[in-house]
Amino acid sequence: MKHATIFLLYVAQYMKTRLTYRVDMLMEIMSDLLFQAVNLIFILVVFGHTDMLSGWSKDEIIFIYGFFLVPFAIFGAFFNIWDFNERYIVKGEMDRILTRPVHSLFQIILERMELESLFGVITGIAVMVYAGKQLDLTLSWYDPFVFLFMVLGGAFVYAGIFILLASISFWSDSRTSIMPMMYNIGNYGRYPVDIYNKVIRFVLTWILPFAFVGVYPSAYFLGREEWYGYAFLTPVMGAAFFGIAILMWNIGVTKYRGAGN
Amino acid sequence: MGKYIEMIRVRFLMMLAYRTNYYSGILIYSINIGAYYFLWNAIYGGKGEIEGLSVVQMTTYVAVAWMARAFYFNNIDREIAQEIKEGKVAVEFIRPYHYLMMKTMQGLGEGIFRLSFFSIPGMVIVGLIFPIEFSAAFSTWMFFMIAIILSFIVNTQINLLTGVLTFFFFNNDGLIRAKRVVIDLFSGLLLPISFYPGWAQDVMDFLPFQAISYIPSMIFTEGFTGSAVWEAILFQLVWVIILILPIQALWVIAKKRLIVQGG
Repeated sequence: MKHATIFLLYVAQYMKTRLTYRVDMLMEIMSDLLFQAVNLIFILVVFGHTDMLSGWSKDEIIFIYGFFLVPFAIFGAFFNIWDFNERYIVKGEMDRILTRPVHSLFQIILERMELESLFGVITGIAVMVYAGKQLDLTLSWYDPFVFLFMVLGGAFVYAGIFILLASISFWSDSRTSIMPMMYNIGNYGRYPVDIYNKVIRFVLTWILPFAFVGVYPSAYFLGREEWYGYAFLTPVMGAAFFGIAILMWNIGVTKYRGAGN
Repeated sequence: MGKYIEMIRVRFLMMLAYRTNYYSGILIYSINIGAYYFLWNAIYGGKGEIEGLSVVQMTTYVAVAWMARAFYFNNIDREIAQEIKEGKVAVEFIRPYHYLMMKTMQGLGEGIFRLSFFSIPGMVIVGLIFPIEFSAAFSTWMFFMIAIILSFIVNTQINLLTGVLTFFFFNNDGLIRAKRVVIDLFSGLLLPISFYPGWAQDVMDFLPFQAISYIPSMIFTEGFTGSAVWEAILFQLVWVIILILPIQALWVIAKKRLIVQGG
């Protein structure tokens, strides 16, 4: 209960500051949209030259991309911690966080929230609806609930990976650019994993399971039964990775010694 | 002139201090190129060539495009925006150098650093893993060198332009982000321009972006031959000259209406 109240207070505060700089917020939403468009254009242009991508059609790939945008938007809105190392460890902000009686990760998430990213949920669903129409997909009554579970699973996979990476900073405080690297790798989960070689497929499934944010859960909605096993693992992987990440974070915090003198 | 060369040297040494960044940098680029390699292989399927590029040429194109990016890419737009916001830029006006020229030189220092510690070793690693064709012709390498220098200049000019616009917008993070995305797409980094539908190619002929990535990569993969190479370099040169005008104009106006926010 306490956490919910704190969350709502932060959201209210966030809205106030954001609405003060309206042009800025608009520009950010626009540049997010542009970013989403660029990936879509890539798919469209590529399929101007080929019909199938290892057995997946253009509309299927577009559908996967649309799905990916939804968990990614949720991740972007609440787990925007890519500069954790620089902000909280190098600059010593972590000291301030640890003096307060609320879980440290929860506070950081609230402080770094970027709610305008949630706009991506709308774009993602729009893209899926478009592709779904082209593919003549039909929905059962339970599909929206499955969708919800899959989306949360995907978002938690993403969050888990990034929290794990952020936790590394507790042990090694040197600057690294490992976070932007992960953003790039995250993109590969959007394409059918059967195009990659075995090693990459294994990594994208079990080590950095980005495939669970795009292609695997989408396979369920696309009726690709050969991938159903992986598809239904999505919420499990999300819970598992997020759980491990929180555990690592909690251990990491006890190792934190503070910056400066 | 000496002071500008000193800027290049100082920035080069600054980059040297962040050692872990270039190990992870090489890794990022290799992984990126690797993923595109598989993606393009799947896209080609059994096809011998698409738009005049074979699959090996395409892999080479992707590798060269990313490695060249290490040279021309810099964050001086962000740096300029930051210095304007913090009011530091007022001090820069009275210093004995041209501020924008100094920023360009810092960008060049970074570029030379990344080219020597990043692109070249990265290219060797990528070349060992993936099938990449290096041209044997000396002229190709020479034209490629000229083309990446020009692409550095065009990209830097666009960065200067977005950076200086902070004078007018106060906070232009959104614009800087949008610019980066547009450049990735329209410069030919993600996709060769020749893959786009005809009308889109016509539009891009009137924009400076393909001077950044498409032209050097096409020259390296020998997708351009003969007079097409000269035309491409001429295209870059023309844009280098055209872009000076808006930068200079904005700079003069900005100086007149400088408002120091604090400091």
